[in-house]
Amino acid sequence: MNVPDELRYAVSHEWLRADGTVGITDHAQEELTDVVFVDLPEIGREVEAGQVACVVESVKAASDIYAPVSGKVVEVNEAVRKNPALVNTAPYGDGWLFKLELKDATARESLKSAADYMAQLG
Amino acid sequence: MSENNIALKKTPLHAEHVRLGGKLIGFGGWDMPVQYSGIIDEHNAVRSALGVFDISHMGQFFVTGAGSVQWLNRMLTNNVERLAIGQGQYTLMLNDQGGVIDDLLIYRICDDDWLLVVNASMIDEDFAWMESHLPDNVILTNRSDAFAGLAVQGPKAAAWFDAYVGGKCGAPARNQIVRLEVGGGHTFIARTGYTGEDGFELFCPAASAVQVWNEVLASGGAFGIKPCGLGARDTLRLEMCYPLNGNDLSPNHTPIEAGLGFFVDLQKGDFIGRPILLAQKENGPSRRLAAFKMQGPTPPPRSHYGVWKDGAQIGETCSGGLSPTLSCGIGMAYLPPDAAKPGTTIEIDIRGRRFPAIVEKKPLRKTTA
Repeated sequence: MNVPDELRYAVSHEWLRADGTVGITDHAQEELTDVVFVDLPEIGREVEAGQVACVVESVKAASDIYAPVSGKVVEVNEAVRKNPALVNTAPYGDGWLFKLELKDATARESLKSAADYMAQLG
Repeated sequence: MSENNIALKKTPLHAEHVRLGGKLIGFGGWDMPVQYSGIIDEHNAVRSALGVFDISHMGQFFVTGAGSVQWLNRMLTNNVERLAIGQGQYTLMLNDQGGVIDDLLIYRICDDDWLLVVNASMIDEDFAWMESHLPDNVILTNRSDAFAGLAVQGPKAAAWFDAYVGGKCGAPARNQIVRLEVGGGHTFIARTGYTGEDGFELFCPAASAVQVWNEVLASGGAFGIKPCGLGARDTLRLEMCYPLNGNDLSPNHTPIEAGLGFFVDLQKGDFIGRPILLAQKENGPSRRLAAFKMQGPTPPPRSHYGVWKDGAQIGETCSGGLSPTLSCGIGMAYLPPDAAKPGTTIEIDIRGRRFPAIVEKKPLRKTTA
């Protein structure tokens, strides 16, 4: 299972990069199966940590994606709107979902490290 | 995910699914593979080549006895008298209100010997219902645990059959069943399926299931066979608008409403539910199961989404999903007869937003061949 060291992780399987970029983990994309539609948040929307920020639809089901930290949506990945399969093929790269301007820059520290997230996966 | 806390039953092929990397989920009380390589990949394998599904969770009942024809014709909607030995038909079992208890396949094995293949989640309920109506001159047995089932589906199915058992006999014709010695046991092989492709369903003794499964995969290798899960089974059947009991069929809907009148013989004499169906046939049902296609890129529809027309809700989706073949969202819903006409524009409420869809003639996937 691919769990990059430089990212922080939410229990609900989202990752957060230092620049505020959010996506779902390799484990999450594998659990979801083929992603066929991504409902992205509106730019400018304020989200609270743990709140539903967008919805990723796989062939199997619709799954809520939560904001790992509180902040404002400043960018969304238009590429996954056109090609939702990017979430499966590059969950940490071109398959990112949205970018947050963090309300509290230290909130990042409240998330799990790669090692802790790996431990959660068991 | 809702079945996590229930002890799930395992089919005789469970260890094979784990070994092949299948992703397992709870379905109708069974721990079943939802996918191996991916739902879309498996779907496409069945549409273009060959796939094999574990259908061991389905139930097998045997009926025998001098009164079997009369009794089965009273319990089921289709007419078993039309079946020659070795033939099968799709049929429905109704409650006294004409609602669907289950849909099933029935095969005539000998004059008064019948094999019924019923839905996994309905085995106990079907059996109890049938037993409560059983006369003295008919014997009903539930042999679901004794049998494993495999569905081999796809345009290469006939070629696969010849490669696997061709030396023993020719392939059964559509809806026919044969009994052969394969994988070290007596196996029923029927020419049927739930995908819209050519194919076979094999029912073998549970003890020989692993051997048959591996022989099927080995003999299917030359035809590009892939193990397939319930995910692809659902997208394949939905494109064909084959109903799924529990979603599209329920005790509150009759087969006339579901558009399954072809499998109801109102002329054969009385059967359970007939008076209601007769009235519906004469007056027209108040709702019909319609198939629809989403317009443009939208989230895929799912079960229990609101269906709207002219600013009012007119129904609810019963099945929905993405069609890998059509590359758009598709689904089915019970709608008032006017709205159920092909060409009608409706809207599907997906998380509070309404997206346009068009009612289409069934099946949604048109076979060009």
